[in-house]
Amino acid sequence: MAVKEFKKPTLKEYSSIPKLVESATSHLAPFKSKEDFQKSLGYPGELVDNWEEVALDKMGDLLKKYRSLRVYMDSCIQCGACTDKCHYYLGTKDPNNMPVGRQNLMRGVYRKHFTLPGKYFPKLVGAVDLTKEVLDDWYSYYHQCSQCRRCAVFCPIGIDTAEISMAAREIMDSIGVGQKYCNEIIGKVHKIGNNLGLPKPALADTLEGLEEDVEEEIGVDVKFPLDVKGSDVLLVTPSADFFAEPHVDGLIGYAKVFHQAGISWTLSSHASEAANFGMFIGSYDNMKKLALRIREAALDLGVKRIVFGECGHAWRVAYSFLNTLAGPFDFLDSKYPVPQHICEVTHDLINKNVLQFDKTANDGKIITFHDSCNVARASNMGDIMGGQFSLPRDIIKATTNNFYDMDTETIMEKTFCCGGGGGLLTDDLIELRMKGAQPRMEALKRVVEDHGVTHMAAICAICKSQFSKAFQYYGFELDQIISLHQLVGDALIMNKKEL
Amino acid sequence: MSFVTIFYGISFYVATLILFIGLAYRIYEYSIIPAPLKIPTPPAPKTKKGVAIRLFREVVFFESLFSATKWTWLFGWLFHFALLLAAFRHLRYFTDPVWFWVSWEIVQAAGHYAGYMMLFGLLGLLGRRIFVDRVRYISNPSDYLMLILIISIAFTGLLMKWFHTDIYAVKMFFIGLMYFQWSELPSDFVLLLHLSLVLLLMIIFPYSKLLHAPGLFFSPTRNQTDNARDQRHIADWAKRIESKK
Ligand code: SF4
Ligand code: SF4
Repeated sequence: MAVKEFKKPTLKEYSSIPKLVESATSHLAPFKSKEDFQKSLGYPGELVDNWEEVALDKMGDLLKKYRSLRVYMDSCIQCGACTDKCHYYLGTKDPNNMPVGRQNLMRGVYRKHFTLPGKYFPKLVGAVDLTKEVLDDWYSYYHQCSQCRRCAVFCPIGIDTAEISMAAREIMDSIGVGQKYCNEIIGKVHKIGNNLGLPKPALADTLEGLEEDVEEEIGVDVKFPLDVKGSDVLLVTPSADFFAEPHVDGLIGYAKVFHQAGISWTLSSHASEAANFGMFIGSYDNMKKLALRIREAALDLGVKRIVFGECGHAWRVAYSFLNTLAGPFDFLDSKYPVPQHICEVTHDLINKNVLQFDKTANDGKIITFHDSCNVARASNMGDIMGGQFSLPRDIIKATTNNFYDMDTETIMEKTFCCGGGGGLLTDDLIELRMKGAQPRMEALKRVVEDHGVTHMAAICAICKSQFSKAFQYYGFELDQIISLHQLVGDALIMNKKEL
Repeated sequence: MSFVTIFYGISFYVATLILFIGLAYRIYEYSIIPAPLKIPTPPAPKTKKGVAIRLFREVVFFESLFSATKWTWLFGWLFHFALLLAAFRHLRYFTDPVWFWVSWEIVQAAGHYAGYMMLFGLLGLLGRRIFVDRVRYISNPSDYLMLILIISIAFTGLLMKWFHTDIYAVKMFFIGLMYFQWSELPSDFVLLLHLSLVLLLMIIFPYSKLLHAPGLFFSPTRNQTDNARDQRHIADWAKRIESKK
C-alpha cells in the first residue's frame, strides 16, 4: 500500500475555523497489524467470524469497567462546543474529526444496542448497527485521534474523546483488527524492553559511544551507566533518546545534570523504554504488563528513586497511572515522589543552587516552548497546580536569555497536539500528521515572525520526531526543534569532579 | 371527577415515577462503575474541597463552556438560569402554605420574565443548530425535537398570561396529587398542552441526553483529585487481576 499524495495546507496568519468537508479524510487509515503481532498481545490474529457479537460484548464489558465511557456515551448534549477544538478537524475539515463527530461513531452503536430509544426509534436518535462500514469508519477515525484531550478541556461535561478512542481501539483489537504501528511496538517491548527492539549489547555500545563523545567535547567524564546495581536513581527514558536527533541531546542533558549534582544513576536494559503504547490501544492489561517492567527493574537494581526522561504520554502513564498499575512503591525512598520527572529533578536542583548556568551559551537561540498534550492535560509536576506548565518554563528561563510563549490560546492546557501523538507517529498516516500539525505550526509562525524565535523546545519524544518532519514540511528547519534538556546541558557549568 | 382530571392525575404519577426511579437508577449505575485510572483534566485540584469548588463553578457558571464558545455559553447559560427562576416561581403550585420566599414579589416576577429569557436562550441554541454547519452536522432529529419541546413548554407557559386559567384550582390539583386527595383540574386547552409537554419531558429525561445533568457530577475528568502519586487509586476489577497473578 503506497501512501497517496495530498495537497499541502498553507499556513494562515490567523487560524480560523474551516467549513466542514464530509469524508475529507475517510481514506486515511493506518496499516493493520499482522497476525503474529495480534496474537502476541493476546488478541485474535484476524477478524473473527462473529465479530459484531464479540465487539458488542466487549463494549458492554468496557461500559461496566470504565465509568468515563458509560457517562460520556450518555451525557453528550451535542452542543458543539468541542467541534472546533481538535487539531485534526482544523487541519482536515472532516466532520468525523470533530471530537463529538468522532464520539458519535461509537455513540450511534451504543444507542442502538444499549439504550431503549435507540432500540425502538433508531432514526430519531441516530442509532446505527455495527456494520462493516461502521467498523471501517471506526478504524479510520479512531486512528485519527491522538488522544490529546484538548476537547475534554472545553466540553461542559468534561467528555474526553481520548477515553472513547481508547475503548474503540480495545474493542477492535478484541475482534482481531489492530493497528500495525502500536501493536508491533508493544510486542517489541514485551520481548526486548524497548520500542526500538534495541537489545542490551547494542544499548551498552550506544551509551559508551555517548560517553566518548561528551568527554571529547567538554573534557568531562560524564557517565551513562547501564544496569548498575545500587544506584540511587533509575532513569527511564524513551528509547529515541538513545540515538535519534534531537532526542539524544536531551539525554546528554540529563546525564550532565546527574553528574553535576553528584547523583548516582543508571539506565536499565530491562526497562529501557519510558513509552507505554498500551495506553494508546486502551488496553489495561498491556499497559500494566509494560509498567511492571519498570517495577521489576527498580527492584532488581535496588534503586531509591525512579525518574522519567522527556516523554509526553510516558509521563502521563508514569505520573497518573504507574502507582495504580505497578504500585505500591513503598520500597523506594519516601522522600521523593514516585516517579519523578527529570524536569522536577532539574528544577529542584536549580532552586537549591546546585546547578549553575552560563546562559550566554544559549544566546544563539530564541526559544519558544511547546506544551506536550499529555504532559499539559494529563499530568502534573512539582505537586503544585499548573506545575507542568511552570516548571519547564522556569528551567528554560534559568538556562536562556530569550524566551517567548506562543499565543495563549495554543499553550498550557489549551496546547495543540503536535499531530503525531496517540500512536499515530507512523509514515502510513503522514497526511494526517502533517495536516494535524497545522494549528501548532501557525502559532509557531507567529512567534517566529513577531519575536524572531529560532527554536522550539519540547519534552516529548513523539513531539520531537513529529516536529522534525513537520518543520521541514512547513518550511522551517529540521533542527529548530530541540530537547528542553539540551538547553540545560549546553548552559550547565560543569566542573571537573575532584576525587 | 372528570376524565381530564383522572387522566392527568394518573399520568403525573406515572411520569413522576419514571423520572425519579429512572434517574435514581442511572445514578446508581454510574456510582457502581469504577473509574479505574486517574484522568482529571487541568486545572486539576489536589483536594476534595478543590473538586467541590471546581464542580460548583462548572454547574453554576458553565466555566468550561465559557472558555469554549461565548455564544453557546450565553444561550445555554441564560436558558438554564431562566429554568431555575421559572422553577422557583412554580414552587407556589406545590407548597401549601407557600414557602415564604417563593411568594416574594421578586421571585414571582423574576420567574415570569425568566420565561422570555428562556425562550431567547433556546431560540439561540436552535439557531446555532440550524445555521452553524458543524453543529448542524452533529444534530439528530431528537436534538431538534428536544429544543422544540422545551421551547413549547416555555411558550405555552407564557401564553397563560393571556389565556387565563384558574390558578388556584391547578394548585389544588397538584397538592391533591401529593396528598392523595384529588381535586379537579381545570380543562383549559393551553394549560393542558403545557402540562402534557411537561409530562413528556419528565418521561424522556432518564432516557435522553438530559442525563448530562447527573453526568457532570460523575465525569472523572472533572470530579477526580489529582493525587495519583500520593495515593494508590485502583478499581476492584483491577485488583482482581492483580491477585490472580
Ligand atoms: S462539547 Fe461535550 S457535550 Fe458538547 S458536543 Fe462536544 S462532547 Fe458533546
Ligand atoms: S482527544 Fe485530541 S485528537 Fe482526539 S478528538 Fe479530542 S482534540 Fe481531537
